[in-house]
Amino acid sequence: MSTRTLPLLFINLGGEMLYILDQRLRAQNIPSDKAKKVMNDIITTMFNKKFLEELFKPQELYSKKALRTVFDRLAHASIMRLNQASMDKLYDLMTMAFKYQVLLCPRPKDILLVTFNHMDAIKDFVRDTPSILSQVDETYRQLLEIYTSLSGGEFQLIRQTLLIFFQDMHIRVSIFLKDKVQNSNGRFVLPTSGPVPYGTQTPGLIRMFSCSGEEIKRVQFRDGGNYTAALREGSFELFGDRVTKLGTNMYSVSRPVETHMSGTSKNSSQHTKVNTLPNPLAKEELNLLAKLMGGLEVQKPSHTDSGFRVNLFATDEEEEYVWVFFIHSSDKQANAELAKIMGEFTEAGDSSPSSSSKGDDLLAMMDGL
Amino acid sequence: MAKMYHKEKSIQIKSSASALYNNLSVLRIAPRCLTYFTVVHANVVNMVSASWDGLNYSHRQLQSKEGNVATSSSLIMQAAWCVLPSRDLLVLTSQKGIQMYESDGSIMVYWHALDTPETPTAQAVFARGIAAVRDKYICVGVSSGSVLVFDVPSKGSNITLSEVLEEHTEPITDMASECSGSMECIADLVSADDSGTLCVWKSGGDFQLLNKIPGFDTSCSSVKLWKGTVIAGYGTGQIRLYEGVTGILHAEVNAHARWIYSLDIAPFTGLLLSAAEDSLVRVWHLTISPETNNVEVRGQKVWIQWLAKVFIPFELFHILSPYHHKFKCIY
Repeated sequence: MSTRTLPLLFINLGGEMLYILDQRLRAQNIPSDKAKKVMNDIITTMFNKKFLEELFKPQELYSKKALRTVFDRLAHASIMRLNQASMDKLYDLMTMAFKYQVLLCPRPKDILLVTFNHMDAIKDFVRDTPSILSQVDETYRQLLEIYTSLSGGEFQLIRQTLLIFFQDMHIRVSIFLKDKVQNSNGRFVLPTSGPVPYGTQTPGLIRMFSCSGEEIKRVQFRDGGNYTAALREGSFELFGDRVTKLGTNMYSVSRPVETHMSGTSKNSSQHTKVNTLPNPLAKEELNLLAKLMGGLEVQKPSHTDSGFRVNLFATDEEEEYVWVFFIHSSDKQANAELAKIMGEFTEAGDSSPSSSSKGDDLLAMMDGL
Repeated sequence: MAKMYHKEKSIQIKSSASALYNNLSVLRIAPRCLTYFTVVHANVVNMVSASWDGLNYSHRQLQSKEGNVATSSSLIMQAAWCVLPSRDLLVLTSQKGIQMYESDGSIMVYWHALDTPETPTAQAVFARGIAAVRDKYICVGVSSGSVLVFDVPSKGSNITLSEVLEEHTEPITDMASECSGSMECIADLVSADDSGTLCVWKSGGDFQLLNKIPGFDTSCSSVKLWKGTVIAGYGTGQIRLYEGVTGILHAEVNAHARWIYSLDIAPFTGLLLSAAEDSLVRVWHLTISPETNNVEVRGQKVWIQWLAKVFIPFELFHILSPYHHKFKCIY
């Protein structure tokens, strides 16, 4: 539908990913220099010039599978590694968070304010690194150029495109369940109270006019909700108060972050199973964005420390670990380990003839080119 | 205040409704005591056929077929039945074009491809807004603002594009034909777009623009035409009633707290339904009382009375109103 959707989808999902990773790195007491490096590497990859050029071109949204591949690559743009289960949970959280924000935006144009909230936070993550800061500023400039002139109807088309993309995703997120913004069936709660969107009047008034245009009658009706007048409009400038809290970091208070995979619902016929398992070694999955992501230079690793384990998501059932490897190109054993982990991403029974050459490409990339 | 509606049995559809304007279409087939419903889900149309006694339901899914391609991934923007005196056609509009099927969705009788550019442009390309007009026209809106007028024979597939109306400059959101059944109304069709502009037309060999009502920078997402009155629902949650031919504003209702997604009217009782993203469906009663005995468009007053509100689950982005004052909730 809208050909302007992909940048907003990518930036907002990326922003949520950074919030989650930042919170986990801090919660697990990862040394701040290493944590900062992980965040910086991911952000600089997200806003790489060539990548952004491709991203901002008018185009249809990627398939769910293709988008997942892009984020798999992004999550591995630093020295941090995630196993399959961790990546799944990370992606679930990211997508449900953005779905929530899109759904609850008072008006479609507010999706841009949500995007700016994410951008503001990302800018804050890299405030000490001028080179990455300038990449972020360049992205702001592009967003302002493309989106501030779009009409309400065009934003609604973007919103509809996003909602169709997120359709039928009902993964329960404990932070949402606790805050009662999500029901136990995975649906989000739409409030029938609070301020109306900017530009809307509170419901309740009927005005009738004569042929000459003068108001001849007014009728009030009980509006059945509990709405109040609109708040001031958020800022669509480079700096400013965005007013909405949607898109701000909901993990900044230290809370356990979990997902419950939604069980079989009573109407399982309504759920079409979408396969989002990534297959980065299959040629057909490598869309241009993912290719650009994969080809980007990875920071040269340090030679000192050995790897250490980080608990990404504490769950009742099992612990997932994030292995942080420091790769030394002459370290054959580390290479073998890495190859084994990359192998975890291959779908069972994948016998694509091109896969071996793709695997070499990826290893070469990981080796610091 | 006496209740003007009651809730009937709910009908489950096979998959969820996509977030699209006017996403529910209904066809009553009196001779067979059946009602057909369609709801769009991405690139598929879910059809349910329900018997009036509420005992039998049958479901089918219609996959979007474009040209020679068996199944298409292009998203469907709208599905609607067009009721003409001699036949009923199911019209689907998508990013690629317009498809017309026999009313049960079994056979495609016509396909019209839109001019889709090789590489995507900033302005999305799609068709949206469907209306059957008078005896033989089906009108469909396009994202460029054009309204395509198709001439439909009483049977067969010799459907032709007879005219392209170029008045709107923003994407068409919805269209509606006069539904009161009165032959005395001059205006046959109203078209609405993303800027809120409303165009009122008279059909014929050449369609004639009767009036162009300017918008107020707010998208009009749903529109109806009843007894010459244009009923328009906007992104701001407002409903406005205009006299079609003159453009006089009769009434303005601060109806909803969010974007209106659908309107429907029961033509004989004047019951109006509005559904919006605030998760509410509201029922209104319209009365038109002429000042004189002349049936003139001028000098009419329109009264609106709010009757009731109904809370519905969010995934129902559309409403249904058959030709009497009962309706069903579908979710």
